Amino acid sequence: MPESQSIVHKAATKRGRKRQSLLPILQDIYEHKHVIDEEDMVEVARELDISAAHVYGTATFYSFLETRQSGQFIIRLCKTITCMMHGKNLILQELERILKIKPGQTTPDGLFTLKEANCLGQCHKGPAMLVNDTPHTELTPEKIRDIIDGYRREALKL
Amino acid sequence: MQSLSHEYIIGENGYINLIPFKDYTIDYFSPSIIKDDSKCIRCQRCVRTCDELQNIGALTVSGKGSEMKISTFFEKSMYQVVCTNCGQCVNRCPTGALVEKHYIDEVWGAINNDKKYVVVQTAPAVRIALGEALGIDPGEIVTGKMVAALKRMGFDAVLDTDFTADLTIIEEGHELLQRLTRALKDKDPAVKLPMTTSCSPGWIKFIEHLFPEFLSHLSTAKSPQQMFGALAKTYYAKKTGVDPASMVSVSIMPCTAKKFEANRPEMYASGYQDVDYVLTTRELALMIKQAGIDFKTLADDNYDSFMGESSGAGVIFGATGGVMEAALRTVYEVVTGREVPFEGLNITPVRGMEGVREAAIKIEQPLPEYDFLEGVEVKTCVAHGLANAKTVMQKVKDGTAAYHFIEIMACPGGCLGGGGQPIPTSPEIRRQRTSAIYSEDAHKMIRKSHENPEVLRFIRIFSLSHSDTCRINCCTQLIRPVNAIKRAKGAC
Repeated sequence: MPESQSIVHKAATKRGRKRQSLLPILQDIYEHKHVIDEEDMVEVARELDISAAHVYGTATFYSFLETRQSGQFIIRLCKTITCMMHGKNLILQELERILKIKPGQTTPDGLFTLKEANCLGQCHKGPAMLVNDTPHTELTPEKIRDIIDGYRREALKL
Repeated sequence: MQSLSHEYIIGENGYINLIPFKDYTIDYFSPSIIKDDSKCIRCQRCVRTCDELQNIGALTVSGKGSEMKISTFFEKSMYQVVCTNCGQCVNRCPTGALVEKHYIDEVWGAINNDKKYVVVQTAPAVRIALGEALGIDPGEIVTGKMVAALKRMGFDAVLDTDFTADLTIIEEGHELLQRLTRALKDKDPAVKLPMTTSCSPGWIKFIEHLFPEFLSHLSTAKSPQQMFGALAKTYYAKKTGVDPASMVSVSIMPCTAKKFEANRPEMYASGYQDVDYVLTTRELALMIKQAGIDFKTLADDNYDSFMGESSGAGVIFGATGGVMEAALRTVYEVVTGREVPFEGLNITPVRGMEGVREAAIKIEQPLPEYDFLEGVEVKTCVAHGLANAKTVMQKVKDGTAAYHFIEIMACPGGCLGGGGQPIPTSPEIRRQRTSAIYSEDAHKMIRKSHENPEVLRFIRIFSLSHSDTCRINCCTQLIRPVNAIKRAKGAC
C-alpha cells in the first residue's frame, strides 16, 4: 500500500467514514506529513465517497492545513490591529530581511515559510507570531534574529 | 445581466477587463466549458447545481475571505477533473463566468468559405426551446422557422438528427433483443444485462469516471449526433457527390457535453472528424440574431431530403423516457408483430418528471422465433439527472435491482433540460417543453422508428440487418469503435 493510502486509511478507520470526519482526517494527515497533497485528497475522497473537489475546498478553507509543500517551520505573524499597533510591520520587515522572502513564500533551503495570520489571541503581549505550534510574544527585531537563529540550529542538528 | 448583454449583442468588448488588476484565471482548455473567474460573483449556484442536481461535485468553494473563489480540484482545468461537461452549471450561472465554448466564428468562417460544403443537423430538443431565446413563449415548436433560418444563414444542407435517432433505436433495440436472446435462450452467463442507453455524452463520461466496471453494459450504438456525423461524411457525401474532405459538419445540440463528445479521439469513423463543430441552442439563437433574421415572421420550411425525415419516436428522444418509449415501440413490434399495447402508442408509465421511473412490459404471444420471451416481463428503468443515475447504478451494483434495459439522461428532464438550452430552464419550463415534444410526436404521420422510409432505404443500401452477415464497414459508422472490433469478430 503506498504511503499516503495507508495514512489515509488509518486516519479514516480511526475517525470514521462520515462526512463530519473529514476535518479530523485532514488534521491527522497534516500532522503526519506536514502537507496534504493531491494524492492524499483523492484518497480521502475515495475513503469517504465524496467528491475530491470538496476535500480540496475544506482543506483550503483552513489556514492551518497546508495543501502545498511548505517549509519545515511555518511562521505565522499576527496581522491584526493590536499587533499592528505594537509594531508588527517592523517585525515583518526584519523577517523579510533575514529570510529574504515575502509573505506566502518559502526559503530556498526549505526551512521557513512566512505567512500572515489573523489574531492569535496574544493581544496583550503583541506583536506575536507562531512558529509551527510554538507562540512567540512581545517580539522585537533583535528577538526575531535569535528566534530564527535558534530554529536554524535545530534544523542543522537534525 | 446575460440577457441584457445578449439583447444589445455586446459580446466580449463592452466590459472592463479585470484580469490585469487581480490574479484571475480563465480556463479555455476544456472543449465544452469556459470558466472565467473574472466574471464570477461567487454566488455558488454552480456548486449547488453540481452537487445536488448531478451529485458530481466538480466545483467547490476554495479559500476564504477575499481569496475565496469557485474552483475545481486543485484549481485544475475543467477537462482534467471529474466533470461530465453536462453544462447545468452553465445554465445556472447568472453572469456568464461559466459559459460553453463558442464555435460561432468557426461556423461563420465555414459558411463564408466557398470551398466548404456545410452540413447542419439539429437535435430533437432544439426545436422546442429555440423560440424561447428569440422571444417566443416556452413550449412552442419552431421546427419550420428554425429550418428556414438555417437555410437563410447559408448552410448548404439542413438535415435532422432525428433521422439518426431512429437509426439509434433500431440499433439499440436489436442489440437489446440480441442480449435478451443470449441471456434467456442460450443461457450465456457472459452477457451483460441490464443494457443501458448510450446517447447522453454526460452520462457516458459519468459512467467512465464512477462506474467503469459497468462500461460493457452500455449499448454499443453511437449517439445520434455521432452516427449522423459519420454518415454525413460517408453515405451523404457519396450520394450527393461532395468530397468529404471539403465537408464541414455542424450540429446544433441542447448540450455542452456534445462538444466534448465530438472531440473524442475515437470519433473519426469517416476518416475525418465526424462532427466538426457543435453549437448549443443558445449559440444558434445568437447566430440568428447576428444574421439579422426576424425569426418570428419567418415562413416555415422543410428539411432537405434524405437524412431529413424522422418519426415521432425520433422526436421524443428529447424528453426523459423518450428513448425507452421509442425502443419499446420497435422492440415489442419486432418480437410480437403487434403494436405496443398502449392507447395511441403512448407508453405513459415511462413518461413524467419523477427522478427514477420503473415500468415492466409483459410480452405475450410472441412470433415463433422469439417464443423464449413468452410471458417474460421486460423490466425497464428511466432515470434523469446524474444524482438519480447514481442511485440506480448503485442499486444495479448491489444487485438489488433486476432491470433489463435502463435509460439514463444526464440532464434533468432529458435533453430538453440540457446545459445548452436557453436560460432560464425551470421545472415549469421543462414541463412546457415536454408537452411540446409529446404533441409533436402525436402529430407525426410516422410514429415508429422502423417505419421511417428514409431509414428503411438506408438500411437496404447498407444491408444493415444484423441477422444477416453484417459488413464491418457499416458497423464502424454506427457503433463505438471498440465494440466495432468485437462485432467484426462475429458477434454481429
